[in-house]
Amino acid sequence: MVAHLVRLKLALLRNGLRRSVWQVIGLVVGLLYGLGLAVLLLVGLVALAVQDDQELAATVLLLGGSLLVLGWWIVPLVAFGVDATLDPQRFTTFSIPRRSLLAGLAIAGLVGIPGLVTVLVALTSVTVWWRTPAAVVAGLVGAVLAVALCVVGSRATTTALAPLVMRRKVREVATIAVLIPMFLLGPIMGAVGSGLESISDTFPEVARTLGWTPFGAPWALAVDVAAGQWAPAAAKLAIGLVTLAALLWVWDRALTRALTGGEQREGPRAKARGLGWFDRFPATPVGAVAARSLTYWLRDPRYAGAVILVPLVPVLFLFLGGRQLSLLLSAPIGALLFGWGIAADIAYDSTAFWTHVAAPIRGTVDRWGRACAALALGAPATLLMSVVVVALTGRWDLIVPVVGYSLGVLATATGASSFISARVVYPVPKPGENPFSTPQGSQTAAMVSQMAGMAGILLLALPSTALAVAAVLTGSMWLGLLTAVASIALGGLFLVLGVRMGGVQYDTRAPDLLTTMRGFA
Amino acid sequence: MTESSAAHEPAPPQPPAPVSAPVPDAAAPTGLAAQPAVPAALELRGLWKKFGSKIAVAGIDLTVPAGSFYGLVGPNGAGKTTSLSMATGLLRPDFGQVMVLGQDLWADPVKGKSLLGVLPDGVRLFDRLTGEQLVTYAGLLHGLDRETVAARTADLLAALDLTADARTLVVEYSAGMTKKIALACAIVHAPRVLVLDEPFEAVDPVSAANIREILTSYVASGGTVIVSSHVMDLVQRMCDHVAVIANGHVLAAGTVDDVRAGASLEDRFVQLVGGRSTGEGLAWLRTSSV
Repeated sequence: MVAHLVRLKLALLRNGLRRSVWQVIGLVVGLLYGLGLAVLLLVGLVALAVQDDQELAATVLLLGGSLLVLGWWIVPLVAFGVDATLDPQRFTTFSIPRRSLLAGLAIAGLVGIPGLVTVLVALTSVTVWWRTPAAVVAGLVGAVLAVALCVVGSRATTTALAPLVMRRKVREVATIAVLIPMFLLGPIMGAVGSGLESISDTFPEVARTLGWTPFGAPWALAVDVAAGQWAPAAAKLAIGLVTLAALLWVWDRALTRALTGGEQREGPRAKARGLGWFDRFPATPVGAVAARSLTYWLRDPRYAGAVILVPLVPVLFLFLGGRQLSLLLSAPIGALLFGWGIAADIAYDSTAFWTHVAAPIRGTVDRWGRACAALALGAPATLLMSVVVVALTGRWDLIVPVVGYSLGVLATATGASSFISARVVYPVPKPGENPFSTPQGSQTAAMVSQMAGMAGILLLALPSTALAVAAVLTGSMWLGLLTAVASIALGGLFLVLGVRMGGVQYDTRAPDLLTTMRGFA
Repeated sequence: MTESSAAHEPAPPQPPAPVSAPVPDAAAPTGLAAQPAVPAALELRGLWKKFGSKIAVAGIDLTVPAGSFYGLVGPNGAGKTTSLSMATGLLRPDFGQVMVLGQDLWADPVKGKSLLGVLPDGVRLFDRLTGEQLVTYAGLLHGLDRETVAARTADLLAALDLTADARTLVVEYSAGMTKKIALACAIVHAPRVLVLDEPFEAVDPVSAANIREILTSYVASGGTVIVSSHVMDLVQRMCDHVAVIANGHVLAAGTVDDVRAGASLEDRFVQLVGGRSTGEGLAWLRTSSV
């Protein structure tokens, strides 16, 4: 069974690679990155092994090791979503003994770059104890235990929380809850970092404490054995084993629920009042597309994510720089995010896009509709943000350039996105999927197109940006007025051009985009 | 608003009636039923489609006369969905031409698509909309005005027994309900030609009967329906024309009576397509051992 599942995972990987060259590139980049990281870590471990300070070695191992285990448990939940390649739900119909399924899924979880790096690093960490043979043995046991904790823990957390994550309402709330700390990671890390400097003397103490937690226990095993403290070593082995057993139990229970419970249905069915936005937009094709898009902006967590992020931009800047001029930057950046929100609009439609393809509409209709939805949300939000950041900095003399420039950026980004989303589609989380699940191998294509798009927008906005910077630095009212007028005029021009060019792209490529997306399904 | 008067006996969309046709269609002035002079409702000329190294459709020629109820049958993977996707502008053919009422669909997609109502298979819907919103959306995209859309949406939801779920998100619908709401989207703009890929799949018998009635009266009033199905019985009873497709080729096409040539459509189909494995296959399945 184990061999079967590992082979299945490898086959999935191989077939995925066969489907697109992007996946190959993605894997190679990931492999290089992973190998680079592994080499760095291995060199670090060897360096740790040849130096004489055992205390330092223990501290580094415990801190790093704990972080590694914790990462395995939490990161898949937040960053990648649940590993969908071996979704237990897919094994429902086969009668596989539970023990084999657990073992198979666990081992298969190691297949992949993170698993490879983890195993390499865990095994190499043993070299630190080369001076004490008994500790080497303990280190090996600890390393195996740590790897098991990593894999089983990640399966347990993802499987146990999957029903929760799959529930639409919960997911939407989770999106907010998870996005906020992720988005504010920078300032939080900054605060932690500066905190660390002052407490770096206490690192060994922290490490010792971590050794008694499930994350650190397997790594602490060798430390204690090397120090000749057998009783604590036994205790730590016990902690590790008990944790592993507990995780296995949680995973097993969660798996049972996933396999027998079938699809989790929500209790009350989601209802909506009336026709919603369809009543409020003009009854034209453009109005209909706008109403549909706006409904999705507010009802689909994949869009709602962007809506939630934007108000956090000023918060981020407030954290980083306080009430300085740099805070003003957050208004155009928020506007940029709003405009960028429709850059993968067609990809987000997935195959539902056929509704547009089958309808007798020109590309510009589709493009304007989506752009209108982005602007209908983005324009008021941009105005509000501009006023708020100006109020916070107290520079009311700059309100004109800030508002004008931000609106210009919004229009420019919306125009550029209108073009881009009709030009390329790449796999994105499908409707109803975890917004954080990254479809296999899509990252590279997505990243290239996003980076190119962003660079394009920055380039287009360069003249306005130059004016805006000059206006803010000099504080000249005339420059400010000029900035506002030029930004809005240029933004409007780029918006119209983007929609027109996107419309031409749509007219020539819409069925092909649909075909591409059918391939993703 | 005339059609909403018959609330209990849901009126099917009236296909060629010039008043309800939102299309300024000068090329086809006659809205009457099939006459020799009227161009075919749908004509596929030498359609080819290759996916990678697999040829899905290998030169299909098919003429669907205006006013016919046309069945498209074939085994799984025969190329039905691929052909219908190309016939409705959803999939670009590698070679060949699609004529909708004499209009070259791929030369002028906007014009051609305004004549078509489409129900594709195996694709998503905008399922974060309610059923009512989705049908409204389809209607508005086809250029209907607000009042017409509202009246027709109400009619269709009633006819398809979806009124109670009109304000439920489509994502919560069952497979059969999803099929029905997609069908409503396909006919809300009263197209002249309806192309339905597996319209009865997962639909309960009562709804299926309702749908059949709607389609039959639509054809009686001059509309054209093309359905794909692999339920031979249904096609034999419902359709007046049929084409048998296998391996991307048309094996037989014409009126149902011509094609079945005295036999039942199912027997004729098996005879045409082949691949019936008779004999003692799966002998182990008879034993209750293992």
